[in-house]
Amino acid sequence: MAARVITITSGKGGVGKTTTTANVGVALALLGKRVVCLDADIGLRNLDVVLGLENRIVYDVVDVIEGRCRLRQALIKDKRLPELLLLPASQKRDKSAVRSADLVKLCDDLRPDHDFVLIDSAAGIEEGFRTAIAPADEVVIVTNPEVSAVRDADRVVGLIEAAEKGPARLIVNRLKPGLVQRGDMLDTSDVLDILAIDLIGIVPEDESVLISTNRGNPAALDERSAAGIAFRNIARRLNGEDVPFETYRDEAGFFGRVARLFRRNGRVS
Amino acid sequence: MSLTDFWNRLRGQPQPSSREAAKQRLQLVLVHDRNQIEPGMLERIKDEIIAVISKHVEIDQAGVQVTFTRGERENRLVADIPLLTRRTRK
Repeated sequence: MAARVITITSGKGGVGKTTTTANVGVALALLGKRVVCLDADIGLRNLDVVLGLENRIVYDVVDVIEGRCRLRQALIKDKRLPELLLLPASQKRDKSAVRSADLVKLCDDLRPDHDFVLIDSAAGIEEGFRTAIAPADEVVIVTNPEVSAVRDADRVVGLIEAAEKGPARLIVNRLKPGLVQRGDMLDTSDVLDILAIDLIGIVPEDESVLISTNRGNPAALDERSAAGIAFRNIARRLNGEDVPFETYRDEAGFFGRVARLFRRNGRVS
Repeated sequence: MSLTDFWNRLRGQPQPSSREAAKQRLQLVLVHDRNQIEPGMLERIKDEIIAVISKHVEIDQAGVQVTFTRGERENRLVADIPLLTRRTRK
């Protein structure tokens, strides 16, 4: 079976593309899928540190494209998850080192032996973005519930449609349920009204993401992390399962704490 | 309208929540983004329409509105130009 190539992009930087790519990659591997996480953010390599694989890099994607090594030599195996591979970006080159046709060929070489190729796109709507969506069968847009991120996501929705890669699906990342309840943050429904595309996941703001990234252990590996659960649910939806969307409640206040006492798992799954 | 907005309205505070403000501002700015027309350009178009039409008919210049409407298939630029008829003329 041939792999599905899914590009993860956003327009605006800093909304959580790399974190999403790493965690969804881990979660798909936990489902037993053979996954390659491909860092297409040439010059600003980060997928390696988020996955905790930075010390094992010998070759990168530009080495493969320029023929300095074979594809297999550049793929880094995750010891925690034998099904998960990383193809790192080059840190010493820039976006011009990888052309769309190069990435299309690379993905075609990866397709036969894997189930998913997840491409972590560069931010922006320029060359890096265009290269990253060239090989995509599907595109996932990550946004945050705030005006600048949603505006940029809308631009990207249009560009993806124009490139005939649509319709893209949406991940709302870093949602703060308490702020939404207080009327001080856009809710997922607001974002969907505005962008008019399908949702594939809602990830709550969660300290465990920062903490696990500090250690190089993606939150998707943490059974109790609310964000980790959200990422695992995204993986199941990508895999074709019908998983209902999470509803998050604020658990910071007094009533939240009481509610948590009475709930067995402590988290909404 | 969220519960917070409803509550604010009950207490006589007309200001919408920041969530509602964010949504409204986004919807407005995206109409311009998607149609690639700056908001200021719309004002300019309006002034030019007023100038052209005023040459031929009398219109209520203050009542002229030029807006975008979103249809299912396409967006429209709609100019609403109130005419001054003999009855409305003072």
